[in-house]
Amino acid sequence: MKLTREEVLHLARLVRLGLSEEEIEKFSVQLSNILDNFEILKQVDTTDLPPMAQSINLQNVFREDNATPSYDPEEILFNAPQREGGYFKIRAVLE
Amino acid sequence: MVMNGLHQLTISQASRLLRQRSLSSVELTEACLRRIEQVEDKIHACVTICRDSALEQAKEADRAISNGEDDPLAGIPVLIKDNISTKGVRTTCSSKMLENFIPPYDATVVARLKSRKAVILGKTNMDEFAMGSSTENSAFFPTKNPWDLERVPGGSSGGSAAAIATDEAIYALGSDTGGSIRQPAGFCNVVGLKPTYGRVSRFGLVAFASSLDQIGPITKDVTDCATVLNAIAGNDPKDSTTAPYPVPDYTRTLIPDLKKMRLGIPKEYFVEGMQPEVKAALGAAIKTLEELGAEIDINASLPHTRYALAVYYIIAPSEASANLARYDGVKYGYSYQQTENMWEAMEKTKQIGFGPEVKRRIMLGTYALSAGYYDAYYLKAQKVRTLIRNEFEQVFQKYDALVTPTSPTVPFKLGERIDDPLQMYLSDVCTLPINIAGLPAISIPAGFTNGLPIGMQIIGKPFDEETILRIAFAYEQATQWHKSKPQI
Repeated sequence: MKLTREEVLHLARLVRLGLSEEEIEKFSVQLSNILDNFEILKQVDTTDLPPMAQSINLQNVFREDNATPSYDPEEILFNAPQREGGYFKIRAVLE
Repeated sequence: MVMNGLHQLTISQASRLLRQRSLSSVELTEACLRRIEQVEDKIHACVTICRDSALEQAKEADRAISNGEDDPLAGIPVLIKDNISTKGVRTTCSSKMLENFIPPYDATVVARLKSRKAVILGKTNMDEFAMGSSTENSAFFPTKNPWDLERVPGGSSGGSAAAIATDEAIYALGSDTGGSIRQPAGFCNVVGLKPTYGRVSRFGLVAFASSLDQIGPITKDVTDCATVLNAIAGNDPKDSTTAPYPVPDYTRTLIPDLKKMRLGIPKEYFVEGMQPEVKAALGAAIKTLEELGAEIDINASLPHTRYALAVYYIIAPSEASANLARYDGVKYGYSYQQTENMWEAMEKTKQIGFGPEVKRRIMLGTYALSAGYYDAYYLKAQKVRTLIRNEFEQVFQKYDALVTPTSPTVPFKLGERIDDPLQMYLSDVCTLPINIAGLPAISIPAGFTNGLPIGMQIIGKPFDEETILRIAFAYEQATQWHKSKPQI
């Protein structure tokens, strides 16, 4: 199994990850090698087996809906790369 | 007690001296800070040192102790892995992405240590976002193995393990997604415990693979490990995956007697490519366990172990690709500013902010989750995960615990595996099945070959940390490997 350049670019676009030419080249080889190693799972019969998302058997964990103080907006905005007043500032989404 | 310096104390030794008032927390903290200054040039275990706030906390601890505070962690200096949030102290995950990130809150484990008057010395180096097995994936610098500076300390909690091996702090916290506490503990001759999934709160731990991550102690001996677990374990309303079960006093289980203890040695963990010296050390360790009264069965078998590596490297990157989507340069972290185009800004932010292994895993996870491949990779891996978990459940009807090597080899050389991701992944082959099944496991010192440490892993039933701590304690008392220290 060999990932093509187009497949690598498609994946990168899905997660909005910029890649250099060198990275595109390297990842198509490395990811292909890793994926080849996953072929081993085809040997396992998993008919009727439920998928396991996590290992602890807890479902629908509820708590009382008590109001408690939240974070100070200044603390949350402290790490904002760009802000305006009490808001995160972002670039135009729709042009 | 022969001591060259206060930094060499364990938690139990230091805590006794503090409560007798023959030692102050300020003296102990200053001793650790001096030790850090003395060895950091060679080891590079720390990303941030909090000298002033540590000394402030030490003074406060001394006041509390003189007012009757008798918690065993009061006044004891600790180092925290840099993916565990510390309010007001930068938390970088050893990534350019979070190089200047200052969390607005403490992780629950940090809050619990602070409420016990712990002294936080600083933050330790790691593989970027905890992805790696050598700490070479740190965006800042690699950490060195104190037993041989040309070798890796293991990873991803390599900074925490190397720091404890060199007595830069009295204990440390790490995190473990596929072996990231145990493998470096084994490589550095210290004790490292990954608790059962759900035993310790993950609130404030920067997410890598949310169904596998756990925080745990890295300590100088097994008693300290139990003491730290006492402090950090338990239900947390801020993490709904923490179990509502009561927390026992883990120090009470520590008795040096293994009579009637049934131990299985799963043959699949003695893998192809395992170094003969590691196998020999484990053979000797198992003999010691038998002499301590344990019933050993060397024919235990977990045949689906051979699929664990593939399952792990589908599930962990899949979860990572979803978790790391938040680093878009908008809310916090590195942000590319030299464009007005939103998509370009996002792509460049990740391209510049993330290192090669993080990008590789994001790509891998995205592939496994993408349309057309989801069933063949992600769903298939989740089903095999069920098989692996079921197999452990069956085996644990026959045994109280399982014993394996922590890693198939001794610490490898810096640079040796960094360009070969598959070789790097193989160093976690003995530890990652445990995260897949959500079990507790501890790595303890089990001998040396050519001056390099070998770790033994003890795996327990879900929420039965008591049994593995007891086995570890009995072995430690009988062997004393943990008392060997690197010459630095």
